[in-house]
Amino acid sequence: MIIKLVVENLKHRPVRTLLSVLAVGVEVTMMLTLVGLSEGMLEDSARRARGVGADVLVRAPGTSLIGLSSASMNEKLLGFFEQQPHVRYATGTVVYPIGGVNTITGIDLEEFNRISGGFRYQQGGQFRTPDDMIVDEFYARQNKLTVGSTVRLLDRNWRVCGISEPGKLARIVIPRRTLQYLTSTTGKLSSVFLKLDNPANTDKTVAALKQRLPDYPIYSMEELTSLYSVNNVPGLKAFIGVIIGLSIVVGFLVVFLSMYTAVLERTREIGILKALGASPAYVLNMIFRETALLALVGSVLGILLTYGSRWVIETMVPASLIQKIVPGWWPIAAAIAVLGAILGAMYPAWKAARQDAIEALAYE
Amino acid sequence: MNNDIVIRVHDLRKIYRVGEVDVHALRGVDLAVSRGEFLAIVGPSGSGKSTLFHILGGLTPPTSGTVYIHGKDLLAMAESDRTELRKTEVGFVFQKYNLLPTLTAADNIAIARHIAGKDFQEDPKFREVLDLLGISRRLHHKPRALSGGEQQRVAIARAIVNHPSILLADEPTGNLDTENSNVVLGLLRNLNGQLGQTILMITHNPEAAAYAHRTVHMRDGKVVAEPVESR
Repeated sequence: MIIKLVVENLKHRPVRTLLSVLAVGVEVTMMLTLVGLSEGMLEDSARRARGVGADVLVRAPGTSLIGLSSASMNEKLLGFFEQQPHVRYATGTVVYPIGGVNTITGIDLEEFNRISGGFRYQQGGQFRTPDDMIVDEFYARQNKLTVGSTVRLLDRNWRVCGISEPGKLARIVIPRRTLQYLTSTTGKLSSVFLKLDNPANTDKTVAALKQRLPDYPIYSMEELTSLYSVNNVPGLKAFIGVIIGLSIVVGFLVVFLSMYTAVLERTREIGILKALGASPAYVLNMIFRETALLALVGSVLGILLTYGSRWVIETMVPASLIQKIVPGWWPIAAAIAVLGAILGAMYPAWKAARQDAIEALAYE
Repeated sequence: MNNDIVIRVHDLRKIYRVGEVDVHALRGVDLAVSRGEFLAIVGPSGSGKSTLFHILGGLTPPTSGTVYIHGKDLLAMAESDRTELRKTEVGFVFQKYNLLPTLTAADNIAIARHIAGKDFQEDPKFREVLDLLGISRRLHHKPRALSGGEQQRVAIARAIVNHPSILLADEPTGNLDTENSNVVLGLLRNLNGQLGQTILMITHNPEAAAYAHRTVHMRDGKVVAEPVESR
């Protein structure tokens, strides 16, 4: 019966109900989109690193796996690596940030092709001049590029020579020598990828390399995938925490206002219920059920909205952002939304529960 | 009849604090109501009639004096005891009907059962009451689709659905035209006559008061006249 009353009350003010549900939905979407973006982009980075086809990754000393650092590894190390047991090929890359989360990567195409089997081109092909650029399909689509288009990056015009299938190393690739020259890192590398004679020798090789180069972070590709997580990105966990905190505040304020006006508007009805013998607990129960229902419906809406936000991101900025749908976070986000809403309903519910029945019945 | 007193009030006083001023709403009311009695309480505005009802209905505690309902001392009751009293012993009918606007007539009655912790089942006996009230066919309408007279009849059904000892009707015909007033008053008298329902009714209208067994007059927070047999 109380559920019926709650539902009828919500139906009685459809605009307020819709706005409250929408606000909670946006709150939930904010959380899920942020987490989905974090996980999606990390997974995408891991996928592209794996897509190189190497077995081992070596980074410069003192750098972390995630996070950009200048190229500081000597290029001569490539020869050293190729002389190590089980290492068949080595290739070095230079990675340079170009704003936001985007980077530009310099490669030696010949070295890279030996390890990866080369890019699969949808249009065009390899570098022909030092100012040539290969971009992946997502970047091309986002920036409306075709072979022959000019891209201005690093204060220089680049000619798009090839558009590749996504999933290999980077979205924007230029000749390594050019990038080294432009960023004053000639002879230096950011990372080295190693291809072994047999993937079964990976652990053995990583252990041997760690012994020879104790200061260098060296990862097997399997290890690398597990390291691409929210916990390993400096500040990301705190950032997500801040956004979740803000979401709770938004949900709290919206529900507070909504339930506060609902309680004021229903002063007389609350008086009637009290005259019929409803206890303060009965009134609290009613208000909290209404709040929980708003929050739950809002959470479902929020979850559905994440599919919408993913579609927008995929359509508008497929190269810059990747959003993953994160069902594991659905109950967490819903619980956070319900918690925020219940906190928001505390004062209105308390006000309703202690409402004096006689005053309430006299309320016009 | 004295052995079957449902309400016994002696030297009942109620002082409200309005701002910094004490308002003496009741100044020593004495009253006894027998089981099955239909009592009209008449008096001008501000005479304390509604305050007396609010105390008898457990909506507000008395300041001093004694009030016994079914042998229960209201002065000694905590808020939770008075809530229980409203659930079980007292039914209210108001001038403005006070139905919940979002619920149908049937649900307005059902919620009173729910608050009392009972299910609203098709009780054949209560079905008879609904027939008596003439609202059986209007139960699935919301209050806005009902006439004033129908709304008041639903309110009466709601007030007696939990079989309270006392029905307190505060100006039940105050918002109704003569025809509907007569219907509602007739129904109250039938409920009293056929079910033995004890009824206390506040009214300004001498014609309405004439439906009761006796009339009590109030003025300045006191009962000022002896009960007068009106029937």
